[in-house]
Amino acid sequence: MAGNLGSEIRRIFDNMEYGPAPESADVAKKWLSQHKDSLGHFINGEWVKPENRKTYTTCSPATGEALADTIQGEEEDVNLAVSCAKTAFQSWSQLPAHTRARHLYAVARNVQKHHRLIAVIEALDNGKSIRETRDCDIPLVARHFYHYAGWAQFSDTEMREWKPVGVVGAIVPWNFPLMLLTWKVCPALAMGNTVVLKPATFTRLSALLFAEICHEAGLPPGVFNVVTGNGSFGSKLALHPDVDKVAFTGSTPVGQTLRRLTAGTGKKLSLELGGKSPVIVMDTADIDSAVEGIVDAIYFNQGQVCSAGSRLLVQENIFDDVIQRVKERLKHFRIGHSLDKAIDMGAIVSQAQYNTIKEYVDDARATGADVFQPDIPLPAKGLFYPPTLITNVQTVSRVVREEIFGPVLVALPFRTAKEAGNLGNNTNYGLAASVWSENLPTALELAITLKAGTVWVNCHNLFDAAAGFGGYRESGFGRDGGKEGLYEYVMPKWERTIRQNVDIDIKTFGASFGSGTSPTPGQGGPSKSQLCPNGKQQPLVDHTYKVYYGGAQKRPDGCYSRPIYAAHDKQTIVAYVGDSNRKDVRNAVEAAHKAAPGWGKRAAHNRAQIVYYMAENLELRRQEIAERISLLTGKTLENSFKEVDLSIQRLFYWGAYADKYGGNVQETTLYGCTVCIREPVGVVGIACPDEFPLLGFVSLFAPAIVRANCVVIIPSDKYPIPALDFYQVFDTSDLPAGVVNVLSGNKDHISKYLTEHQNVDAMWYFGSAEGSKFVEFTSAENVKRTWVNYGKERDWMDQDQGQGEEFLYHATQCKNIWMPMGTTFSN
Amino acid sequence: MAHNPGMELDMGWVNGAVVDLPAVNRRAATLLTKRTVKKSWQAAWLLRAVTCIDLTTLSGDDTVTNVQRLCFKACNPIRQDLLDAMGMGDYGITVGAVCVYSARVKDAVQSLKQAGGAAIPIASVATGFPAGQVPFETRLKEISMAVDLGATEIDIVISRDLALSGDWGKVYDEIKACKAACGENVHLKTILGTGDLGTLTNVYKASLVAMMAGSDFIKTSTGKEGVNATMPVGLTMVRAIREYFHKTGFKVGFKPAGGIRTAKDSCAWLALMKEELGDEWMRADLFRIGASSLLTDIERQLYHFVTGRYAAAHQLPMA
Repeated sequence: MAGNLGSEIRRIFDNMEYGPAPESADVAKKWLSQHKDSLGHFINGEWVKPENRKTYTTCSPATGEALADTIQGEEEDVNLAVSCAKTAFQSWSQLPAHTRARHLYAVARNVQKHHRLIAVIEALDNGKSIRETRDCDIPLVARHFYHYAGWAQFSDTEMREWKPVGVVGAIVPWNFPLMLLTWKVCPALAMGNTVVLKPATFTRLSALLFAEICHEAGLPPGVFNVVTGNGSFGSKLALHPDVDKVAFTGSTPVGQTLRRLTAGTGKKLSLELGGKSPVIVMDTADIDSAVEGIVDAIYFNQGQVCSAGSRLLVQENIFDDVIQRVKERLKHFRIGHSLDKAIDMGAIVSQAQYNTIKEYVDDARATGADVFQPDIPLPAKGLFYPPTLITNVQTVSRVVREEIFGPVLVALPFRTAKEAGNLGNNTNYGLAASVWSENLPTALELAITLKAGTVWVNCHNLFDAAAGFGGYRESGFGRDGGKEGLYEYVMPKWERTIRQNVDIDIKTFGASFGSGTSPTPGQGGPSKSQLCPNGKQQPLVDHTYKVYYGGAQKRPDGCYSRPIYAAHDKQTIVAYVGDSNRKDVRNAVEAAHKAAPGWGKRAAHNRAQIVYYMAENLELRRQEIAERISLLTGKTLENSFKEVDLSIQRLFYWGAYADKYGGNVQETTLYGCTVCIREPVGVVGIACPDEFPLLGFVSLFAPAIVRANCVVIIPSDKYPIPALDFYQVFDTSDLPAGVVNVLSGNKDHISKYLTEHQNVDAMWYFGSAEGSKFVEFTSAENVKRTWVNYGKERDWMDQDQGQGEEFLYHATQCKNIWMPMGTTFSN
Repeated sequence: MAHNPGMELDMGWVNGAVVDLPAVNRRAATLLTKRTVKKSWQAAWLLRAVTCIDLTTLSGDDTVTNVQRLCFKACNPIRQDLLDAMGMGDYGITVGAVCVYSARVKDAVQSLKQAGGAAIPIASVATGFPAGQVPFETRLKEISMAVDLGATEIDIVISRDLALSGDWGKVYDEIKACKAACGENVHLKTILGTGDLGTLTNVYKASLVAMMAGSDFIKTSTGKEGVNATMPVGLTMVRAIREYFHKTGFKVGFKPAGGIRTAKDSCAWLALMKEELGDEWMRADLFRIGASSLLTDIERQLYHFVTGRYAAAHQLPMA
């Protein structure tokens, strides 16, 4: 022994290598054997193992060793879990806020009590390093519960306009199995919902362990349930009629499928999807720190991170230097078993994922890219892939455009900060980004320019419960974390739960031009001559309504017009209005995009002034417009005046919000500043309701534009004229061209092309149940945000329904910018 | 040991240096969680650390007595029975150097000779250590006197007043003059007094200037500043060493000093060298740890490794 030891120590003394530093799996194995290495669902506070289920054996990706059997659930298991959650909702949602806060607090405490066991289970099952589960995943789980225990406490006060939605079906991926589950469960429970969770197939253990811990912490049965099954089992959960909300984190294609599956049903949905996040290194950066940041960005969790900084963009004058330093850095990487405490990367989660990564890299190599992988030892067994850096690629390269979800970084040079922003945004995704520069104006402007839900300045992949995380564009919608994360699990108090199934043909819906009111003459009486001011009987000067975009009245592309009738008789044509087609949509969207940058840069004060000015100009035409509303809708003149007056009030209301909803400072664990900026969603398509032709129109465009969006708006199908009259108000109120674009015509036809337009960022639709389904279904293509009414009218005169936080929620998206601070470390 | 010949002062390079403190703090904090050595590896690494220690006494009450004791400990840093148990009894493990005030160099020379450790380098602090607030001529004189007395390494302090006012040209000139005073065969270790420099960017600039002026080692601190050898400071300095090496081909050594007391710390510093610079910088010719009580803690850890029991302090010979 002594002899061997002696030679061993001498050898190590001479070569100064690292040795093994294993974390023990004994306690984890003990927990599994307590369950005879076979786990069921956890429903209603107990283990449930139905007869005759297929099983799935979960393995350690580091060694292939089998860990435990889990079951492949079937529909009746979903039914059982959902019905238990539904029953539990009755009491859980009625608990005093403080009581729910106590429950969440207890869970946080119990997570900490079992911190090491959870960390080991997670590392074993996923293949990621124990260091990361111990220092990142599990502390964030506890932190999330503490933070949201606080929101539970405040649910009656800070969220008094809102109520829980009911049963939440949560579907989470395998990359951060427990942490991402927590991101759904915490806000859901805090707001009074109950949850049925489906973990990913590869990584079920931590969710099941966690369910047991929650139960032991005293969480009432049925409040949090875990069911296991395959992908189609997940769809069954999402589609269950008693699931009121689907919360999903995972790939963009699956997110799109869920959007389509739930379209039109009235279920709420939030999606946190993929990314191809840029890491932008300016020549003003601390390069060595940036290199370390690149390691955090792309090699954290083997690159299996939705916010992985997988696209490295480096200013051209330092490109070679940075690449050289990254290569040098990678030579120091250690890869090994997930329970080794001294590794940088563990195993890839599954053979399939490993193959995908390999295929991408092989393809890049085959197409002429330079692939660098350091010459470092990989364990002989297990799914280990080396850290990879690919250069000599361009924006057209597949590895630059597509999410790989592995430890693969592509690098491209840029010339200026502006070009960096453009390259950064040259992607379908918009989850995250980081900017590396010691120059504050450069860093901050890039942070604002980048279309991403999180931007880290001089850091990457920092997370905290107090800051929302989520995407722009095809990276999804909704936020996990922060106060902003609560809105995904609540509905306005006045609203009723809607659950319906509408059948439509997606292909033909709204497709034919000229349906509904035909754009043809001969459908009413002749226009009447009237007494003119000079006392003579003669026709009034013909008034032509056109469509309105880019700040000008335009003839509709098709040059068709449709008659609009007076309410009292179908013979009196009040006016013809332009009948818009898809080309008008194209032009209007283009105009909106042209206006958007300038509108966004206007001082909020200036946006407010313009909206107040609209109120001023609308009031000048109060009488005329009220009369027209009355003529068109048959409402009494008194009620029509009310509609006009309330519209003026509402313009004031939204004008006031122009400079009062910009965001807030998030109290994260960062030493520095984490700022949530509520940015505009972008170009928003809006289809107005028929109920209140003026008030509905004003109530929708005003919140959108005060929050710096540009809109293409379809006025009421039946009564478009008050909205068309409004373009003269726009013109006299100094509204810049293209901020509001009005397209009259068939609502569903125009909505179809707006929703199908890839460059429209959100679609608000107030119309039929069918149209609502169409909009939600079709929006999946580019993961647009949607707001639809499922065919249910709202009372736009009512203050709760016609204005308020719900509108602000839809008109903004949160971007969290993380800015660490400090230069002085000593005197 | 290789000498660093230095180079012309390149102010473009110096002025371009920038260090992001929060990012460096993060790397410094996570580096320690990413690397650890256990069992035999830990023992071997600790023995290596011993060979890199500049075993130091720098006190107003230093006399020949404690310098002598220190020198004997320097020659026999780990109990022979423990070394034997680890198969390292015949390896000739000693510390890297002893480090004393210039007034004690003579004592050290004699003591080491007595202890059979004449080959162990003697480092003398000089130039008005620790504050450096004495006339420059006096500082140069102190260097040459220490060298004459037998010091083979000179640890100087830079003028923090010049560094803080950004007068890097003068800092460069002073160090260069100190280097000349050392002569060809004596190693120059330059103490940056990082705790007095305020920012890591200043630490980086001071590191570059010291290396350009021909320092063979750059050293964090005197041990007397408010902030001494912290990991972020060390990280900043070794990155400067790396850049200097890449641009000039010259290898400069690194010496953290002040506040390094535990065996675990010494492994962390070795890991920092391994990760940021490579294995070559884990040897005494390019890495030293300035410390006094550290050695005792390492010896206790090795005692535990060999016997499986935790040692009492009195079982180990004090320095």
